Amino acid sequence: MKPAPFEYIAPNNLDEALIAMEVNGFDGKLLAGGQSLIPVMNFRLAQPAVIVDLNGVTELDFIRPNPGGGVTIGALTRQSRLEHDAIVRDRVPLLHATIPFIAHPQIRNRGTIGGSLAHADPAGELPVLSVALQARFKLQRYDKERWVNATDFYQALFMTALEPQEIMTAIEIPPLPPRTGWAFQELARRHGDYAQAGVATLIALDDDGVCTYARLVFLNVGEIPMVATEAAQLLVGERISAESITAVVNHAIQHEIEPTSDVHASADYKRHLAGVLTKRAIRQAANRVTS
Amino acid sequence: MTLHTVTLIVNGQELSAEAESRLLLSDFIRHTLGLTGTHVGCEHGVCGACTILFDGEPVRSCLMLAVQAHGHIIETVESLGTPDNMHPLQEAFHAAHGLQCGYCTPGFLMTLKPYLEQNPNPTEREIREAISGNLCRCTGYQHIVDAVLLAAQKNHKQENKHQ
Ligand SMILES: Cc1cc2nc3c(=O)[nH]c(=O)nc-3n(C[C@H](O)[C@H](O)[C@H](O)COP(=O)(O)OP(=O)(O)OC[C@H]3O[C@@H](n4cnc5c(N)ncnc54)[C@H](O)[C@@H]3O)c2cc1C
Ligand code: FES
Ligand code: FES
Repeated sequence: MKPAPFEYIAPNNLDEALIAMEVNGFDGKLLAGGQSLIPVMNFRLAQPAVIVDLNGVTELDFIRPNPGGGVTIGALTRQSRLEHDAIVRDRVPLLHATIPFIAHPQIRNRGTIGGSLAHADPAGELPVLSVALQARFKLQRYDKERWVNATDFYQALFMTALEPQEIMTAIEIPPLPPRTGWAFQELARRHGDYAQAGVATLIALDDDGVCTYARLVFLNVGEIPMVATEAAQLLVGERISAESITAVVNHAIQHEIEPTSDVHASADYKRHLAGVLTKRAIRQAANRVTS
Repeated sequence: MTLHTVTLIVNGQELSAEAESRLLLSDFIRHTLGLTGTHVGCEHGVCGACTILFDGEPVRSCLMLAVQAHGHIIETVESLGTPDNMHPLQEAFHAAHGLQCGYCTPGFLMTLKPYLEQNPNPTEREIREAISGNLCRCTGYQHIVDAVLLAAQKNHKQENKHQ
């Protein structure tokens, strides 16, 4: 239960970090909060030859309101800071309300938003939220940078669009469209554990209560955050009712998620659970719509 | 093997020691510094026995490298009190039977010390949330919750006395 030997590099600013990754990207690993990386190194499931410690790159620890609404968050921002930040609470209430579902206070004190997004655990809350909120990630290399949509970032189990030398430096979350309500629902065996299934939901309603926009993104029922596009589309043009919700839920859990069985729950159970959580989430999101 | 010199403040005292880059902070505290009050249970972040304060915030010392503590301030359970002069939380754990084998206790104490300073009047539910990241295989948690409530009450009495 101890990491294998590695060389340790601690850059003091982003330029130094980008150079270190340019040189060491292929056999090295970035260390952010360490709350996922150090356990896998302790188990020796990962044995990087070089560790590039991002913790000295404090310029990546920020939360900025964007002029047109929404926020931009530095990749090194700790999860605990997001939990207690007024800008996040006011501008991205879905993110603010979901952070307490991630692990425990001590882990959120170290764990970062960028680390969780890059780690790409299908049971992670932040990847699901980033897809639900249609966030964009800034990925930087020494001599170039690009923005990638969260929806394109997640490719397969623990596989993302990140190149070995790239550092995720910022996360841009756009404002919600007007009259949009939000909800996050999950079930874990114990509070703070990775959830067995979960769902993030956005619903917009017009003045007559007719749905104009819906988005459903599922947690831990597929290799990546699972977007139920067709099911969400079934709700558009409808009012929120027991019938319309049932139609959406049935379509989503039968056609748009791919749960697998594990020691704690069968695939069928997770499918059922995802349906129950979706029903609750749609109602909750619809109730949160304000004009 | 490269050795790094780690200079840090431990329980109020400035210290320097050598560490290999792969040395976990928990092992540095226990083996290099000889402060064996910090316990190690799982070494993958699940049990909370290794919780210490890093720049004032509770963290898992088994999920940090010793080199990452360079230039920082850490506090371990040894900073709290002595057998003759216990910290109010330690007294409350003693009085309310908040421990049996004691393996988990240092982690609970280091989680709760800053928590009670920031939340002097927690409800039972809030206490359970605050300790959700610490496992105890003996007490069933009830006595730990009782101990925290007792420590909070005592703090209030003391404050009232001073007023
Ligand atoms: C007991 C326990 C319970 C947990 N429960 C949950 C849970 O319920 N839900 C949940 O979502 N998470 C959970 N976590 C994981 C936690 O949220 C981690 O903090 C998170 O997954 C990784 O973030 P980190 O900053 O610690 O990243 P690290 O562990 O430092 O890094 C993770 C990976 O991302 C890469 N990386 C880090 N930062 C960047 C960057 N800026 N650019 C590119 N690559 C980068 C690293 O190289 C590494 O491969 C749990 C962890 C523990 C120990
Ligand atoms: S030993 Fe660190 S959390 Fe268990
Ligand atoms: S007192 Fe024994 S594990 Fe908590």
